[in-house]
Amino acid sequence: MLTLTCPCCGITAEETEFAPGGEAHLKRFGPDSSDADFEGYLFARKNPKGVHFERWRHAYGCGKWFLAARCTATLEVFGTYAAQTHKPPADLIKKIKAKRPEWEPQA
Amino acid sequence: MSTRLSKGGRLIDRAKRLNFTFNGKPMQGYEGDTLASALLGAGQVMVGRSFKYHRPRGIMASGVEEPNALVGLGRNARFEPDQRTTTTELFEGAETRSQNHWPSLEFDVGEINDAFYKFLPAGFYYKTFMAPQAAWKHLFEPIIRKSAGLGGVPKEADPDRYEQAYAHCDVLVVGGGVAGLAAALREGRAGKRVWLVEQSAYWGGRTPVDGGQIDGFEACDWIKTTLQELESMENVTLRTRLMAAGQYDHGYVIGLESVGDTRPGADLPRHRLWRIRAGRTITATGAIERPLAFAGNDVPGVMLASAVRDYVANWAVSPGDRTVIVTNNDDAYRTALALLDAGLSVPAIVDARETSHGALPQEVKARGVRVLEGRAVAKVLGRQQVSGVEICTQAGEGGAIETIDCDCVAMSGGWSPVVHLWSHCGGKLIWDAGQAMFRPDPERPPLGADGTAMVQVVGAANGDLTLAAVMGGAGLGACSSDEAAMMPVWQMPAGAPPALRFKSFLDFQNDVKVSDVQLAAREGYESVEHTKRYTTLGMATDQGKLSNINGLAVLSDALGQPIPATGTTTFRPPYTPISLGAITAEAKGPLFQPLRRTPMQSWHEARHAHWEPVGQWRRPYCYPKAGESHREAVNREITNTRSNVGLLDASTLGKIVVKGPDAGRFLDMLYTNMMSTLPVGKCRYGLMCNENGFLMDDGVVARLSDDSWLCHTTSGGADRIHSWMEDWLQCEWWDWKVYTANLTEQFAQIAVVGPKARQLLERLGGMDLSKEALPFMQWLEGRLGGFDARIFRISFSGELSYEIAVPASQGLALWEKLVAEGKDLGVMPYGTEALHVMRAEKGFIMIGDETDGTVIPQDLGLNWAISKKKSDYLGKRAQQRPHMTDPNRWKLVGLETLDGSVIPDGSHAPADGYNANGQRNTQGRVTSTYYSPTIGKGIAMGLVLHGPDRMGEVIEFTGEGDAMVKARITDPVFYDKDGEKQNV
Amino acid sequence: MKRYSIFAVAREALRYHAGWERAWRSPEPKKRYKVVVIGAGGHGLATAYYLGKVHGITDVAVIEKGWLGGGNTGRNTTIIRSNYLQDPSAAIYEKARSLYEGLSRDLNYNVMFSPRGLLMLGQTEHEVRGYQRTVHANRLQGIATEWIGPERVKELVPILNIDGPRYPVLGALYQARGGTARHDAVAWGYARACSSMGMDIIQQCEVTGISQNAGKVTGITTSKGEIGCENLAIVVAGHSSVLAEMGGFRLPIESVALQAWVSEPIKPCMDVVVMANTVHGYMSQSDKGEMVIGGGTDGFNNYTQRGSWHHVEETTRALVETFPIISRLKMLRQWGGIVDMTGDRSPILSKTPVEGIFVNCGWGTGGFKSIPGSGFAMAELIARGHSPLAAEFNLNRFKEGRFIDESVAAGVAH
Repeated sequence: MLTLTCPCCGITAEETEFAPGGEAHLKRFGPDSSDADFEGYLFARKNPKGVHFERWRHAYGCGKWFLAARCTATLEVFGTYAAQTHKPPADLIKKIKAKRPEWEPQA
Repeated sequence: MSTRLSKGGRLIDRAKRLNFTFNGKPMQGYEGDTLASALLGAGQVMVGRSFKYHRPRGIMASGVEEPNALVGLGRNARFEPDQRTTTTELFEGAETRSQNHWPSLEFDVGEINDAFYKFLPAGFYYKTFMAPQAAWKHLFEPIIRKSAGLGGVPKEADPDRYEQAYAHCDVLVVGGGVAGLAAALREGRAGKRVWLVEQSAYWGGRTPVDGGQIDGFEACDWIKTTLQELESMENVTLRTRLMAAGQYDHGYVIGLESVGDTRPGADLPRHRLWRIRAGRTITATGAIERPLAFAGNDVPGVMLASAVRDYVANWAVSPGDRTVIVTNNDDAYRTALALLDAGLSVPAIVDARETSHGALPQEVKARGVRVLEGRAVAKVLGRQQVSGVEICTQAGEGGAIETIDCDCVAMSGGWSPVVHLWSHCGGKLIWDAGQAMFRPDPERPPLGADGTAMVQVVGAANGDLTLAAVMGGAGLGACSSDEAAMMPVWQMPAGAPPALRFKSFLDFQNDVKVSDVQLAAREGYESVEHTKRYTTLGMATDQGKLSNINGLAVLSDALGQPIPATGTTTFRPPYTPISLGAITAEAKGPLFQPLRRTPMQSWHEARHAHWEPVGQWRRPYCYPKAGESHREAVNREITNTRSNVGLLDASTLGKIVVKGPDAGRFLDMLYTNMMSTLPVGKCRYGLMCNENGFLMDDGVVARLSDDSWLCHTTSGGADRIHSWMEDWLQCEWWDWKVYTANLTEQFAQIAVVGPKARQLLERLGGMDLSKEALPFMQWLEGRLGGFDARIFRISFSGELSYEIAVPASQGLALWEKLVAEGKDLGVMPYGTEALHVMRAEKGFIMIGDETDGTVIPQDLGLNWAISKKKSDYLGKRAQQRPHMTDPNRWKLVGLETLDGSVIPDGSHAPADGYNANGQRNTQGRVTSTYYSPTIGKGIAMGLVLHGPDRMGEVIEFTGEGDAMVKARITDPVFYDKDGEKQNV
Repeated sequence: MKRYSIFAVAREALRYHAGWERAWRSPEPKKRYKVVVIGAGGHGLATAYYLGKVHGITDVAVIEKGWLGGGNTGRNTTIIRSNYLQDPSAAIYEKARSLYEGLSRDLNYNVMFSPRGLLMLGQTEHEVRGYQRTVHANRLQGIATEWIGPERVKELVPILNIDGPRYPVLGALYQARGGTARHDAVAWGYARACSSMGMDIIQQCEVTGISQNAGKVTGITTSKGEIGCENLAIVVAGHSSVLAEMGGFRLPIESVALQAWVSEPIKPCMDVVVMANTVHGYMSQSDKGEMVIGGGTDGFNNYTQRGSWHHVEETTRALVETFPIISRLKMLRQWGGIVDMTGDRSPILSKTPVEGIFVNCGWGTGGFKSIPGSGFAMAELIARGHSPLAAEFNLNRFKEGRFIDESVAAGVAH
């Protein structure tokens, strides 16, 4: 039973208030994209045993989507941040690396 | 025989006698008794039968670890199987029955299994019962099922109430023994919000029985003053009878509180399930004494040494007149002292150690008790009750040196910390060789949301077994008798031959013996998980609280490896079993799931509508009149709507407003067709696909103003589509200026349908609804008969039809007004089934029928609703993939049976031949099929291979059972092909 | 291999069972094998077994990080059924079910397959239509299922409340030859049979790398050294993505937790397996007497084998509503497993971008019931390069949009 902090409304709440939404920072590929790019966009999910960047929606709260960095092996939450970004904030990356020097963000 | 002592018993109130029955026999106990203490007090030593061999079993423990003494409690609707007597408080009128025997506890046919014990070792069923093939299911398995299964089956629904509650705290302290009290005191004084929970009804844990001094006070006095201080703190909450069942991630703890268990029928919840969010958990959950493995250690009358003194001290119950104590440690000598103090006889203490020189043994010896050092129990005598023990040397092979008469054996094999809550979320353990136990490894705790330790362990749970060590850990002085080192003993005697090992039990409920674990090891089931599953060790209702460490020690020995190399099985919640009723709480019956109600729901209820669940709505399927079948009602509703006028409660329809400078652009991405070009005042039917190209929702979009659109969605889809919109707006096109609002419940919506629809609405007055003023696929806003109405001229039935949206608060009044005004026009409500049939008669698709998540709009002949001009929309790229453009995709057609019958729902059309896997090839399937009262025969829609090119062709569909039905491929529009009906 | 039989048990009884030999050997790995299977769960062991039995390939090692059968094979709810809608699913699950029928005798190990019958309740009109569609599809697929009315449902399961106030039971999809088996025994039986064919099952051996040369697999690196192979099968539900990463490719898979729990044991009260997908719960009674319960998966990626509590509440509520008598039973133990979910919720049995590497994964919540069929198809794919049973489950289907989507008929549960 996770607790997450919604960066939009600032509330820290039960997992039951949120809805998970899968991998974060996906790039959408549209009609002119290659087969491989389009398949990658829809299906080739990052599924690390470790640090994962993912989408959540504060579904039973403010309704806003946000992103989280969470470890799928320990469930530690490193931080949450606004959905309106193409990559994780530098300070969050720094924080994770401080805790896990071995870790490198996946391409 | 066990009996009640004439004095003592710190927990019982002798002034309050309570009557109860055991197997129908009336018995008496006192307030403060547990069922177990009351049974022992009444002389009942044998209380049940074991799982596999149906061996007689007695009470072994005094707490949650009890493996044997489970009973059926209560009767009829309040019957509960597998109730643990050692933790169930006695109450007036309790009815208890022993379990797993037939015809009676004393004489049990199933005991024959025990006679054949040699033929029924661990896993024997994996090696037998394989032939003939059908025999397992029909012969062997039924016998095994009947002979296994412990408790009786409840026959009725549970009449009791359960509830759930949340608690939030900085620190949750689990366990109200002295370690927990000290921890709560420290945290409370530091100003933390503290919850202290104790599973039993009493504070102090073992200490009141075992004695000692804390902080210069007698332990009992310290407990009392500490409790007083805790009770005085506003930031500290104390709860007894609340068992912390499981530690979950991020500091979530599930607790079960017993509230009304002892007052059946009272107006109380029976259990309360607590969801506790704790910043930190401190577990002070104590330790559990281990049995010793010797032959006959399961005979009724063999008990844990600590339990024996608990019964004497807490409940003034003597488990036996003559108790032999068997031990490998000093602590068990406390039991001798307790028995002696109560005037009971201790013929001997059998100590496996070569010498016993600690303070407690000295004290016991000084009181004249015979201590046999380096000795072991070779065998317990007696079957339904202990009658004596044969003594041998611990180092030997069990040759009897002497026999001692006794009716109780108190055994102690050392203690195991209760590490469950530490382990549930991955806290690791280390092996403490000195005390022969696993205890929490402080270096590897379970981690919380922030990656730091979320559980701490104190007291005996942390391996601090003496009072001095416990309180030392809490920074308090304490004194208790010094204890000499224990000696690990995993089999008694050490060289026990097979005959003894086959009778030395490890798991008492599941009848797992030392020999079974050794067999598992011999056969290669080397992992502790393999051994557990192969032998069922630790899988009984006590989940191995007594058996796990002994079992894995025997396994390690058999494998010739140290115990930590073997490791433990995983600890899983709950710590002790919790009622499914409490997990369910109030979410049952009418409150099972939230029910969404339209403004007109009460009207439908009053007309006894037959319901169809749609999402969390419940829509009228039809409105049967007295004596009418559902089918007849549906036909009547259709015929009436098509000839007069019908009303449909369409309020469940999704209504989402999309507004803003970029709203048109956004909707052009969302829908397959163009919405930005829709003129204000007009409506357009639209399709939505997911990024995989599959059709996921449809509905009519109305342009409300220059920058706002109202999107209707399916009833089941409103919330999903709204969050879908938000997903794209927030996560992909976050720079687009669009605002969405789901107004589904803000409006009531009524479809007024049929040739007399306009006539009916005109009677309400206020708005011109003529063909000229409100043409098809347009909308108007105004005051209709005093109601604030937005009227859409759209049709899902092919009839002249208006959908009228009014604020939810006006919905019922408008509905009733329409019913009243339309009486002479023949107005009638119609339900979802009539809606479905009428749309099928017109060849309109229904999301969920014609679509199933694998269908694209192109399959349904909806190419007209896919804009060719747009460079992009959600799903467009996916629809370019080879499988989506395959000319062999099945396409939508109409189907009419040659004999007028209705093709069954879900019917498939076989094609010639079989595929590579031997399955019949297929060429289509039915998606919607109904009896059409309008046409007077069965009509259907379906997806058929090259269907639109095969008009008029007759193909076969699977009928009921083995039958086939012939149907002709037709246009899907069966009724009013030219649309004259709605164009009036 | 000494045969198991009632006579063997009787003979051993006379000498306190001292003469039983190991069910499987625990050898050190050889330098090289023709086929290495990573993962000694049911699927991996079955793959090895059918490689030997059907294709005569016995130069096989099965490598296991932990203990054989210790993953999802040993932590599911043991349901076996083949009442699937789509042809490819129906084919492979029915192959599995039919192999289960004779598996005990085939392996000389009682896996306790019990065709006790399985019901999927229809509780909305929409669900009813979905199941009726399945019945018609099954008829043409050669799978015996039928749609039965509520009265017959009640006869089969007297403890079921068919008149619930919210979702009355309108009928059920019934597969009389569906049922349960003893999950651990399936792994152990296959392991024993593989070992007796001379295959090496190497436990406590973690794979840390996959070696390739010119786009072709050459071997693996493990905690017990390098092991060479011609063909490599990755059969590691839950950790498929981790192994694929070592192989240098990515799978359309996400790992999520699925939970199950059991009640305390009671005497037999329910013979058939019941699945109630509208309310998200399913239940059967084990031979020990426990009510075995499962529900839906968590929605977020998770490798912890622990799920979230609220699923336990939702599913328990669903089942108490469906079976009111269980309210006073107690939950004895809950646990979780990591299942891998694909984009269409159907499995992948496929060649990969690396020659010689095959994957078998993505069974989601349906893994146990498919073990024999999956192993059979996988062995054929490895031995012959093609398997009709596996053909549709290849990796290319995602690119082509050729999904095998079962959710159209059944809700979530397996």
